[in-house]
Amino acid sequence: MIRFNHVGVVYGNGVVGLTDVSFHIARGQFVFLTGHSGAGKSSILALIFAEQRPTEGEVRVSGYQISKLTPREIPRLRRRLGVVFQDFRLLEYRTVEENVGFALEVTGARRETIPNRVMRALTQVGLASKARSYPKELSGGEQQRVAIARALVNDPHILVADEPTGNLDERAARGIFQLLREINAGGTVVVMATHNMELVRNTGNRTIELKGGRIVYDSGVDDAEAAP
Amino acid sequence: MRHRTPLREALLVFERTPLLSSLSIASIGFSLFTIGLFFLVALNFRRALEVLAERVEVVAFVLRGTPTEAISQATQDISAFPEVLELKLVTEEQALARARRELVEFREAYRDLEVNPLPASFEIRLKPQFRDATHAQAVAERVRGFPFVDDVRFGRDWVERLDKLRNMAAVVGLVIGLAFAAVAIVIIGVTIRITVLQRAREIAIMRLVGATNNYIRGPFLIEGGIKGILGGFLAIGMCWITFTVFRQTTGDAGTALVFFGGLQMLVMMVFAIGIGLGGSLLSVDRQLRSV
Repeated sequence: MIRFNHVGVVYGNGVVGLTDVSFHIARGQFVFLTGHSGAGKSSILALIFAEQRPTEGEVRVSGYQISKLTPREIPRLRRRLGVVFQDFRLLEYRTVEENVGFALEVTGARRETIPNRVMRALTQVGLASKARSYPKELSGGEQQRVAIARALVNDPHILVADEPTGNLDERAARGIFQLLREINAGGTVVVMATHNMELVRNTGNRTIELKGGRIVYDSGVDDAEAAP
Repeated sequence: MRHRTPLREALLVFERTPLLSSLSIASIGFSLFTIGLFFLVALNFRRALEVLAERVEVVAFVLRGTPTEAISQATQDISAFPEVLELKLVTEEQALARARRELVEFREAYRDLEVNPLPASFEIRLKPQFRDATHAQAVAERVRGFPFVDDVRFGRDWVERLDKLRNMAAVVGLVIGLAFAAVAIVIIGVTIRITVLQRAREIAIMRLVGATNNYIRGPFLIEGGIKGILGGFLAIGMCWITFTVFRQTTGDAGTALVFFGGLQMLVMMVFAIGIGLGGSLLSVDRQLRSV
């Protein structure tokens, strides 16, 4: 599903983002990316959804080689992914259902299928009753659920979440984490960057820890080596 | 759930950001207004030059005693010159009558004449595109070739001055017109860029969920086109108001002034729409490259 092979990233201003990062995430895995701010978590996610290209090594996501993606292929890759951010990134002038439906509209989905698919995604995140609300009328946890519904509505193979609980209280954070686990249970790969170690502990999920742009710990390294 | 077409999306922008949208339209309108005013002045100046140029004519004086047949033949020959619009033969009697009528101070002197001293002449008017010193000179030389033509005049000095004025007006017009257009495009580009920056977050989200660049451009292009149309109408309206006020305040002198014709207004509208579309396209593409 996702393979990093000796990946390095150096930004335009000379700052090193990642150094010699290698790992493989197989189908169905739930992986935490942990580490302090600036450790390289977001750089890895940016490579996965092709917002960034590697300056060294190779990144493969769902069959696409990121360094060789053409401008036309980037939207195609992103339609296979779902992306969730700490700041939700919802369009405040659209209702909840419009925010979710928007992700289908841009892919050219058949118009008559959109309402049902939107409602299915909203039901999955427990927000069907808030379909006509605007984001500002929702709590932070609810807004993040809308963002997750938007990420899910295209039935992605991979869900990428960058600090999805960062702006939420403990209870809401647990709820979002539980939702992501349920999504993973349905077969979707989930890659979640977090520095909330309370969430990570005792979950039994694979954890990749980063420090200064390098992997310093990977609890699933044996699985990765065994993977095809 | 309401479906949002690119047109609906573009129209919603006017509803969501009325102030910024109005600012964009005003920016297009005022920029085109300055260009429009300049071209209105240029149009009327060119028209004034054309009226002046109508006076460019070649006058060939005929030797006394030239046979009528020779004059008739020459009339046909000169009329066939490609530069000639109209040829008028002024007989000796007509020349005297005109002198008595127009030269009031010499009226008495002309009345007492026993012999008409004025020669017959050909008054040759040139076609509009040949009303310059070079063509007038060429026609004059050819007419001078007729053996019975005594002298040919076409007011070389003032025709040459008219030529210089025309050339200068064309160069100055082009330079100032281009400068105004460049300033207008920069102002409009900046205004549209502000609107795009305001929507940078929206563009970033669109890209994140897999929207193609063409999908993203659609509403922005429609929005730019609509702003162009409204800005164009605003510019033409302001030009018309300024023109009307100016014409009223200048009294009789203003009645000769002309406003843009239908084609010129169409060109202005097409230019306005082009600026709206072009400004949007450039700004969105710049934004697309940066997110």
